[in-house]
Amino acid sequence: MMATIRETLAEKGGWLRLAAVCAAPTLLALAFALAAGWLVPGRLTPGTFMRIFGLVDGPHPGFRRNHAKGVCVKGWFEGSREAASLSRAVLFRSRSPVVGRFALAGGMPFQDDEPEKVRSLALRIMPAHGGEWRMGINDIPVFPVRNAAEFNDFLLASRPDPQTHGPDPSRMAAFLARHPETQQALALLKTRAPTSGFADDTYNSLDSFTFINGEGTTTPVRWAMVPEQAARPPAGPGVGRDYLFHDLIEALARGPLRWHLVVTVGGAGDVTADPTVAWPAGRRQVDAGTLTLVRAESEDGGPCRGITYDPLILPEGIAPSDDPIPAARSAVYARSFALRSGEPEIASAISGADIRLGEP
Amino acid sequence: MHPVEHFSLFARILHWLMAAMILAMLFIGIIMVTTVEPAYHRLVDLHRPLGISILLLAVVRLVNRWLIRVPPLPNTLPPALSLAARLSHIVLYVLMIALPLVGWGMLSAGAYPVVMWSGFVLPPILAHDPALFAVLRRLHTWLALILFGVVLVHLAAALMHGLLLRDDVLPSMTGGRGNRTADDSAS
Repeated sequence: MMATIRETLAEKGGWLRLAAVCAAPTLLALAFALAAGWLVPGRLTPGTFMRIFGLVDGPHPGFRRNHAKGVCVKGWFEGSREAASLSRAVLFRSRSPVVGRFALAGGMPFQDDEPEKVRSLALRIMPAHGGEWRMGINDIPVFPVRNAAEFNDFLLASRPDPQTHGPDPSRMAAFLARHPETQQALALLKTRAPTSGFADDTYNSLDSFTFINGEGTTTPVRWAMVPEQAARPPAGPGVGRDYLFHDLIEALARGPLRWHLVVTVGGAGDVTADPTVAWPAGRRQVDAGTLTLVRAESEDGGPCRGITYDPLILPEGIAPSDDPIPAARSAVYARSFALRSGEPEIASAISGADIRLGEP
Repeated sequence: MHPVEHFSLFARILHWLMAAMILAMLFIGIIMVTTVEPAYHRLVDLHRPLGISILLLAVVRLVNRWLIRVPPLPNTLPPALSLAARLSHIVLYVLMIALPLVGWGMLSAGAYPVVMWSGFVLPPILAHDPALFAVLRRLHTWLALILFGVVLVHLAAALMHGLLLRDDVLPSMTGGRGNRTADDSAS
């Protein structure tokens, strides 16, 4: 065999043949490295966000990299006929079990509850015969940035200064100077009046999605979970580090809590690609169904810990829009889920004992 | 010039179709896990059904390979290389079947719906188990990188046969005619 190769190399153009044998796999490997971003140092990847969450909130192995402090809840969702005209998703025509999770924004799993901290509700709605829907929705009116790159810069601008341990105001000022849309969004966030707790709070999709009905008609939508419980202002700073969670556990022990899925239909000219911009008031709204939550469970061994609330797990009849944030969240959640699932489980701030204490 | 013993037309179609699919799959996979751009979910939506298609085709191909005669490697090849060729093909078949299965199992263990297309979801093949999900997720990446490595070696070896040794190995899969070979020059 070596003799044949030597013969070939001795021919005119023989070395070119050898070059071609080496070049093809080399070029393919190079293309792969390029696709992987290994040759592009600044490329934003889900890993970038893992590092930044670590930088901003400190390392917390075993926990979600964001919205780390939370508690599981269980209940069901019952769709309404009204929504069925907008989306053919089966969950609007049935009653489906729900495994959800209330949480505080931020990657610190043992942070103190405070009235003004951003709260979130994550839901997994599971119709019996498929067509599952997951979402992670927040009690703020708009999202502060338009896309993943801006979120990266926003997080970096808000990271704590190693000297003062607080955010560096000059860094945030520099970011805001470049991003008037974030200034406007943060101004809207400031007008938010916090409610007394998780139970009387309204949670917004922030992102836009597309509903598709039986005729194939598509409708741009945003939605909110609006509580049946009357919204009350916070009674004060709250007693104890976990008072928001304890209040929720006690409320659920007293009886079911209900929210209405209020779907807002986008009008002409309403932007779907930019979650920093609120849609005008007065848009058509549809009561798409009722969420009933009946019990809380600790994340320790609870039903929500092993679930990632990926906002792009959508049923047939609901599709993404041109909003870039859900794809970024989906990619980053997948990374967070893979990392934390491989790390040792650490007891959650809200333990099984907390749940039992809250029950009569 | 002697006639080249080709792989059957069916085997050749399967080979080139799957070559394109597997390369596409490897690139979709690596871009998908390293991006946070809107392309992410479109790539994921493509990755799942393409992976399952590769699994199905790989099974068809394996059966076909058992049933139909495969052109022998040239006897001019040193035994060590013959063995390497045989082993690398076993590795390729194992990975073509294992990678989609690990992907399917990984999504099952992670409680992700295994969506083929809107409205059609495959059943889970493993029970929900986050720790297992984490292991399979890492395994999926490593097996994919190994597959890419073996594909590169496979490509280099094919070109070595086609361009340097000029034996019947490459034309047996391209369907082309043979070059001058050691047998020819001897006859």
